[in-house]
Amino acid sequence: MTKSGFLLQISRDLQVAIRRFGELLQPLFFFVIVCSLFPLALSPRPALLTEIAPGVIWVAALLATLLSMEGLFKTDFEDGSLEQLAVSPHPLPLLMLARVCAHWLMAGLPLVIVAPLIARMFFVPVDALAALMLSLLLGTPVLILLGTVGAALTVSLRRGGVLLSLLVLPLMVPVLVFGARAIDLAVQGAPVNGPLLLLASLLALAVSLVPFATAAAIRISLD
Amino acid sequence: MWTWFYKLASPPHFFRIAGMLTPWVMGVALSMITIGIFGGLVLAPADYQQGDGFRIIYVHVPAAWLSLFSYSLMAIAAGIGLVWRIKLAHAVAASCAVPGASFTFLALATGSIWGKPMWGTWWEWDARLTSELILLFLFLGYIALRNAFDDISKADRASAVLALVGIVNVPIIHYSVNWWNTLHQGATVTKLSAPSISTSMLWPLLVTAIGCTFYFAALVMQRTRGEILLRERRARWLELELN
Repeated sequence: MTKSGFLLQISRDLQVAIRRFGELLQPLFFFVIVCSLFPLALSPRPALLTEIAPGVIWVAALLATLLSMEGLFKTDFEDGSLEQLAVSPHPLPLLMLARVCAHWLMAGLPLVIVAPLIARMFFVPVDALAALMLSLLLGTPVLILLGTVGAALTVSLRRGGVLLSLLVLPLMVPVLVFGARAIDLAVQGAPVNGPLLLLASLLALAVSLVPFATAAAIRISLD
Repeated sequence: MWTWFYKLASPPHFFRIAGMLTPWVMGVALSMITIGIFGGLVLAPADYQQGDGFRIIYVHVPAAWLSLFSYSLMAIAAGIGLVWRIKLAHAVAASCAVPGASFTFLALATGSIWGKPMWGTWWEWDARLTSELILLFLFLGYIALRNAFDDISKADRASAVLALVGIVNVPIIHYSVNWWNTLHQGATVTKLSAPSISTSMLWPLLVTAIGCTFYFAALVMQRTRGEILLRERRARWLELELN
């Protein structure tokens, strides 16, 4: 019963997202454009670009996920389907987790796939690309999970976009630190297990706790 | 014992008790701070390394301690309010935010002023300073979220969720910033071995820290009374109380 609810929610969210394909690509374009601004603003020296690449990619990925968060509950809140989710017999935290999974497939996974291309434009050595993708693979779901709490808290507000960033950005600091460090170590050819394991533990912690906070926030917003 | 406790959680009762206690707590706070500051600025000897510059510790450390204490108190009160639906707990949480943010700012400002003679720069990406900065951002987010709602009860519960998510994150942020800092340890930062401190320097620090905590308690009680006035402005008991 609950499991099918989880899967139904994912497939419904994916369907809705695919019908609005243009919107889906916006965070991805944003990510690519922000990354390509840095060589223009600083200098195209390969040594400099390789040095700043981990930070730039992670900050851009963070901003791109944040950008995609605002609309996560907005339309559902306005047309009342969020209320239907809240009163449905399925546990709300599980449905929220399903929404996170669907959203990650749409907004997180494309970043993971495009990031190596950006990294090569920043002259990051090929050996470091695996660590780069792995760090994004572990880190972007945490960013999205934290973002859903902010989105759920601000969904009933008229202009919640900037507020959402204010709430969520400080919480994302650990992911940024560990993610960027993993790439940095990989570029230097050092072992990357440490930061990647820390990212994985952040993910485990976020997956197990955040859906409950999001569900509570949704119920408060619906009042 | 328990009935006394339950009674305290009712706004009218708290309003009266806090009204009576606040001047006394404030008195204790101010006299302790005076004694501590006198001990720190006059009686304590100058540091052999830092000279008189170290004396800013008597403001910096209490402020840093209170920044963490107020965030924890805010989150605990918010959690109690959310779980047991106690209105007073939400009022306490709301009252902690602005003093807490102010103490965090004070800790940052004094840390920065201290950094100038010690490290030679106004700002250093030191682990503790950086975590204080992020704590300030957390406070500002909480205050911004609270102000965004028109409905007080909704603001209470939404900000409570944020405070709880924040308090889980505070140790993680602190750890990650520490970790980040040890990897980036530049040669410019000369860490002073802080923990060993002589008794003549320590007692004024403890006295000021406790005094500042009392000051914070008085502030929170007074602000909570304000919150109660705002929330219960249409209540009958308040009308009777004030006339």
